[in-house]
Amino acid sequence: MKYIIIGNSAAAVGCIEGIRRQDADSPVTVISAERYHTYSRPLISYLLAGKTTERKMKYRPESFYSDNRCKLIAGKTVISIQPDKKTVTLSDGKSLDYDKLLVATGSTPFVPPIAGLDSVTRKTTFLSLDDAKGLEQSIAKDCRVLILGAGLIGLKCAEGINKRVQSVTVVDMADRILPSILDQAGAAMVKSHMEKKGIQFLLSDSVQEFRGDLAILKSGKKIPFDLLVIAVGVRSNTALVANAGGEVGRGIAVNDRCETSLPDVYAAGDCTECKEVTSGERRVLALLPNAYMQGECAGVNMAGGSAHYDKAIAMNAIGFFGLHILTAGSYEGEDYITKSAGVYKRLFCKDNRLCGYILIGDVARAGIYTQMIKDRTPLDTVDFELIKEKPQLMAFSRARRKEMLGGESA
Amino acid sequence: MKRIYVNEKWCLGCHLCEYYCAFANSGAKNMAKALRDITIHPRIRIEEGRDVSFAVSCRHCKEPLCVKSCITGSLKIEDGVITFDRERCVGCYTCILSCPYGAIMPAEGGVIQKCELCVQNAGGSPACVAGCPNKAIVFEERGEL
Repeated sequence: MKYIIIGNSAAAVGCIEGIRRQDADSPVTVISAERYHTYSRPLISYLLAGKTTERKMKYRPESFYSDNRCKLIAGKTVISIQPDKKTVTLSDGKSLDYDKLLVATGSTPFVPPIAGLDSVTRKTTFLSLDDAKGLEQSIAKDCRVLILGAGLIGLKCAEGINKRVQSVTVVDMADRILPSILDQAGAAMVKSHMEKKGIQFLLSDSVQEFRGDLAILKSGKKIPFDLLVIAVGVRSNTALVANAGGEVGRGIAVNDRCETSLPDVYAAGDCTECKEVTSGERRVLALLPNAYMQGECAGVNMAGGSAHYDKAIAMNAIGFFGLHILTAGSYEGEDYITKSAGVYKRLFCKDNRLCGYILIGDVARAGIYTQMIKDRTPLDTVDFELIKEKPQLMAFSRARRKEMLGGESA
Repeated sequence: MKRIYVNEKWCLGCHLCEYYCAFANSGAKNMAKALRDITIHPRIRIEEGRDVSFAVSCRHCKEPLCVKSCITGSLKIEDGVITFDRERCVGCYTCILSCPYGAIMPAEGGVIQKCELCVQNAGGSPACVAGCPNKAIVFEERGEL
């Protein structure tokens, strides 16, 4: 059996570890566009903040490829897949054959077509180690940074560089920060916390035009800057599979075995769309845990095992300047809100199920909620008053606890 | 492999396991000196209700969601024990988001902490088990989670 993995991030690592649970020896070739040992992409902002180093941000130890008997081809891209011949063609014209293929090509930052963008002297996106290294070179104490996008990537970038530059201004079309994971009240709390640390926000506004290093906003405001960071979103890299005739939507379509519509071609991570449990919709879940678990599932199946990844939910753990935010699921149905100094909590319940939550400040034991969402635990089987108060195993039945803590099945 | 199991029928809610845990992970030699006048941060925690109490600590799951979800590679399985590398952790709390038992918790210094079955401290075997006066916490081989 010959395995090829296109990509070298969390989904690829999950796949390698999944394959090796089943098949200790068959050759695995990893093809990576980036010339690096596998690294944790979400850590690039921590690198800029000095909270990790290039050595510590390696996602797996130095010996990972040799320990797992993998060949890493770094610095080359795959330009096409020939599913009928079971080959891939590399950028240097070489072709490699496979029995099972994983596409883990990730995503690419979306750069919106804004008038005058070409006239900006210094601009970058923020998704890769090279982006972070470029930023590292560009920033200075007197640098005014303008960030487009108040999403997870834009705000982590803002936090990472805040102490090292003169000013950070974030512009977003939405009326609140982190609009994909927070409600109004939660967003207001996080925004106020970040403003105290010096980050400036211009919301419900967008750049109409750049005139060199001057941004003209829709509102008429003129913002001069020295460095522009574009963080308005990412797009799944689906072209390889689409061009080979595979089914793609916003991401590469995969089933719960992480198979694409092409025979013996699997896909995992940010490049895919899969069924999200709470909404029942096919969504791109560009999250590291999702990437790893899809990759692992694909790997086990590629090596002849049987794995299903059918508990994917939208979930995020993120923090800014010491304020932690954990969110999961969908925000619909009945809600329960608790607020106190520095703490915000909102639970969402629908059809006798917990379907989502937002926790800010006090995030202890949130995984108990997360698991209830994934398992679709009927709320009439738990003590709901206790669950509303805080995540706790006390809310479950004695029999269920015996399974969980006593290792005995009911 | 051997794991920690809890029998809530026998738990007195005395919290001694929490103190033994904090002491075992303090690196100190004298328990009274190590724990005097401080707020302890044990890796095992008692949940108490009106008529029931029980201890919760890492289950060392065979398919650990914390390890699979860890964005840095700080959490890993070594011989069945889920261990934690403090040096690499950035405190993102994805493990807290993921653990179905609520057994991973924030630690001082902005990172996390969890039970490592005392394999990385001087104890060598779980101090909570040795210190439980009513054998409500045991360390033994049973079915797999």
